[in-house]
Amino acid sequence: MLSGRTLSTRAASLLLTLWLVSVLVFLAGQVLPGDVGRVMLGPFADAQAVAALNKQLGADQPLLVQYWRWFSAALTGDFGTSLSMRAPVAPFVLQSLGRSAALAGIILLFLVPAGVGAGIVAGLNQGRLADRLIVLTGISFGIVPDFVSGLLLLMVFGLWLNWFPITGAAPDGAGFWTSGYYLILPALPLVLNLTGYLARMTRAGVVEALAADYTRTATLKGLDRSQVILRHVLPNALTPTIAVLATQSGYMLGGLVVIEALFGIQGLGNLVLNAAKSRDFPMLEAGVLVMATIFVLSAAAGDLIQALLDPRQRRRASL
Amino acid sequence: MMDLLEFPAPARASSILRLAGRLGRAIRGLPLSVIVGSLILLFWIACALFGDRLVPFDPYGEDFLATLAPPDATHWFGTDQLGRDIFSRIIVGSRDILLVAPLATLGGVASGTIIGLVLGYFDGLVDAVGARLLDTLMAFPFIVLVTMTLVALGPSNVTVILVIAIAYAPLVARTVRAAVREQREREYVSAARLGGENAFAIMVLEILPNIRETILIELVTRLGYAFFSIATLSFLGLGIQPPSADWGLAVADGYGFLTGGKWWGVVFNSAAIVSLVMATNLIAQGVGAFENVDR
Repeated sequence: MLSGRTLSTRAASLLLTLWLVSVLVFLAGQVLPGDVGRVMLGPFADAQAVAALNKQLGADQPLLVQYWRWFSAALTGDFGTSLSMRAPVAPFVLQSLGRSAALAGIILLFLVPAGVGAGIVAGLNQGRLADRLIVLTGISFGIVPDFVSGLLLLMVFGLWLNWFPITGAAPDGAGFWTSGYYLILPALPLVLNLTGYLARMTRAGVVEALAADYTRTATLKGLDRSQVILRHVLPNALTPTIAVLATQSGYMLGGLVVIEALFGIQGLGNLVLNAAKSRDFPMLEAGVLVMATIFVLSAAAGDLIQALLDPRQRRRASL
Repeated sequence: MMDLLEFPAPARASSILRLAGRLGRAIRGLPLSVIVGSLILLFWIACALFGDRLVPFDPYGEDFLATLAPPDATHWFGTDQLGRDIFSRIIVGSRDILLVAPLATLGGVASGTIIGLVLGYFDGLVDAVGARLLDTLMAFPFIVLVTMTLVALGPSNVTVILVIAIAYAPLVARTVRAAVREQREREYVSAARLGGENAFAIMVLEILPNIRETILIELVTRLGYAFFSIATLSFLGLGIQPPSADWGLAVADGYGFLTGGKWWGVVFNSAAIVSLVMATNLIAQGVGAFENVDR
């Protein structure tokens, strides 16, 4: 098991990162725009109206006071009032979080089997044609921007062949399977984009495990190849893959911004984008804060799982 | 037969010949992917520089009698919603992204290298604080960090350069820091230290030349992702702004007309984006990237 000391060090550094994230979000949302009231009301607004809005937003207070108000409220789940919706931000964020989670679930459903499977095949056939094809295809798909592959998929499978709906948002009252069906086309661009990367990382793990001493020992003691691969190579090879998945979740979250805009899904990505465009700073801050928190937590979870599975890493204290 | 060498060429011509020969040998030594990638990249650079003199139509000229016309003999790639010739716009549309992406990459790699050198060379508090700050910046999904900062600063070519550079700096810094750590323990560094060189001289004169390959790989790979990201930002309306003929902007424009069967705006502009990203990645592959670079 992990030692208590290691765990508490990690937890402390995690909290520190999250706190710094909140400072950065606050700075970007409330300080960088300068006069928040002026930015929101535009260059032609009355100076008195600007001052009144700043007072209402608390933007006339000293920075530290502003930060403390915002941060302590955010800790209790109160992210303030949306400027464009004129309603509390938190319910919007929660709702869109659910929609993004559904999309992320569909992405993982395709991504994990495809990426890990291709990586294992490539690793076991290292240097042969299958290996090269998999790596090359993965790189080719990996460099196509999500919005380009998304648009092409939309044109071919949505508009031309009519296999899938061209929007990701199922009609109200749609059942579980229907909603999932609507999300397949939006999920594909990110699956295509990430499969190659996941496959390359899995492949590297397989290649390393195949060359390891324990694999040689297992072979020499007379196990047949399938047993060696199933019992010794794969369990060792897949440990790093889990960490890769966790760190790539950040890229996936970013990708959601594009995909949700493209397919009209009112998820977290679209929330951030629309809040950004309408300069709805409380909404933007809340959305970004939630995204960054998910990213940091999933990276930490990846580290933790890897540490639990790999005895060699249990004593490493630094994050 | 007389050997050509018996007639020495005039001095200038011979030096040009020698240069050409050396260039030829250098090119022959390059992997095929680098050559193909460079050719595509050079094509787009030429378009950016001289495209406005070669195009058949005025890229910004609107023609309301010929809006959304499909590709034909006059308008090879069709026209957009304002009747502008898409072929001409694609040719000059490389201009902004080819200016913004390399500058952003250069800024990010340069500042990341400086940060990485300092953090890698010094132990203790500097490194601890610096590494924590880098972790924080990397806690934001890339597009989200960029979106947030662009909105705060207002989108323009200058802010896009600035924001992408800021987003790249920690990623580059982390790689450079690791490379510096590895070099720091080598004998030539201890020798320089014993010889009385100061920290700045050791970092810049001793360590930097030895990690130039790492930096080169960062530069090429990041450039590919910069093209990718800037096209995406423009598509989202946060990057290069109208009336630029930028491809990402044009794809966003064409997107609205897809359901009406008007595919040409999206398809040709997307193809241009993909060709540019692919060219950079072909070069990156040739210089041995794709091994350890995170995005």
